[in-house]
Amino acid sequence: MLVQPETKGTRIRIEGRVVDGDGAPVPDALVEIWQANAAGRYNHPLDEGPSPLDPFFLGFGRSGTEDDGRYWFETVKPGAVRFDKNRLQAPHISVTVFARGMLNHVATRLYFPDDPETEHDPILHLVPEERRKTLIASREEAGGAVTYRFDVVLRGALETAFFQAASAPA
Amino acid sequence: MSVTTIGEIVRGDREIFPPYLYEAYQSTRRRAPSLPLVEVPLTISELTGPGPAISAITSEDADLTRNAGTGGEAIGQRIIVVGRVVDENGSPLPNTLLEIWQANAAGRYLHKRDQWPAPLDPHFLGMGRCLTDREGQYRFLTIRPGAYPWRNHPNAWRPAHIHFSIFGPSTLSRLVTQMYFPGDPLHELDPIMNSIPTDAARKRLIAAYDHGVTEPEWALGFRWDIVVRGDFATPFESNGNR
Repeated sequence: MLVQPETKGTRIRIEGRVVDGDGAPVPDALVEIWQANAAGRYNHPLDEGPSPLDPFFLGFGRSGTEDDGRYWFETVKPGAVRFDKNRLQAPHISVTVFARGMLNHVATRLYFPDDPETEHDPILHLVPEERRKTLIASREEAGGAVTYRFDVVLRGALETAFFQAASAPA
Repeated sequence: MSVTTIGEIVRGDREIFPPYLYEAYQSTRRRAPSLPLVEVPLTISELTGPGPAISAITSEDADLTRNAGTGGEAIGQRIIVVGRVVDENGSPLPNTLLEIWQANAAGRYLHKRDQWPAPLDPHFLGMGRCLTDREGQYRFLTIRPGAYPWRNHPNAWRPAHIHFSIFGPSTLSRLVTQMYFPGDPLHELDPIMNSIPTDAARKRLIAAYDHGVTEPEWALGFRWDIVVRGDFATPFESNGNR
């Protein structure tokens, strides 16, 4: 739960399952997310704006998985953040997964299927085209509440694209 | 020279970090990524991270011998674990959140998935956290954890260890690792420790007994320093990517 009643922005739910190379649920994973607020500002000293901070939004969430591999977060849709001087990145959420049997954690991003900027995102374009869909959540709406479903597949043909950070800034 | 396969691609330095896939650690066979990692440049999403914000709001809880809140004290050999958290340039990381978790003195975790026949300790949760000080130093008071069996292979036992989670200044410094105790004969039998590629890197996971930290009539002292990937704030700013 990343939101409080005072938090600014559009409420969304992120929900998904962590599954292993056999398609079996991973019941002992820890999922962490990190995101900008609704205005596109990270709660971090390196992000000096000009978009405003939201005192009611930290941008960090942590969820253990259930027996069926499921995790969830209640948050707000992040705003776009900068890529370089002239370009923005599409709204996205950084996702990290830790688990027994994972000697290093894995890092990836969740993108929004209904955001027009997603297909232009410079980072998403570094992912081989046939694997990009693994980073784009699916949208579900029920009773006015929007859920983005994002499964993390640790291994196999449908494996989620995971990132390795280059050693220098963009 | 060893050949690097896709399964051995690692997050960071191949001399230090284990591969995702390490056959002798059976669970990695189903959980290690098999496709190449996508190398991405560092944008503001990677150069930031939750560390500073959550370090500002998370309360400290560094005494695991008392933090179960029962009023009683955990059973076991009392130990003090201290160390410094620094970046790869050796600069201390002040005010950064460390979380630890560990088995009790009998080698059992307080967790529904741990059901081996060792006793639970009602006065021990096995979790703690603290913030580093201005010099990057941390300090925990806890009990020495026991070794415990696991089902990775016949007669498999994990050497005594404490899990550490560090946030640091950015997503790059995020680290989850394990601290071991010196002189433990189980080290060389442990596939998790052996997944670390070099002897020098494995030794970095073993704390040193420190008699200067030991307190008379009270607790044994151990020292364990942690190096995390750096704070890229300076090159980030000089690149003008603002």
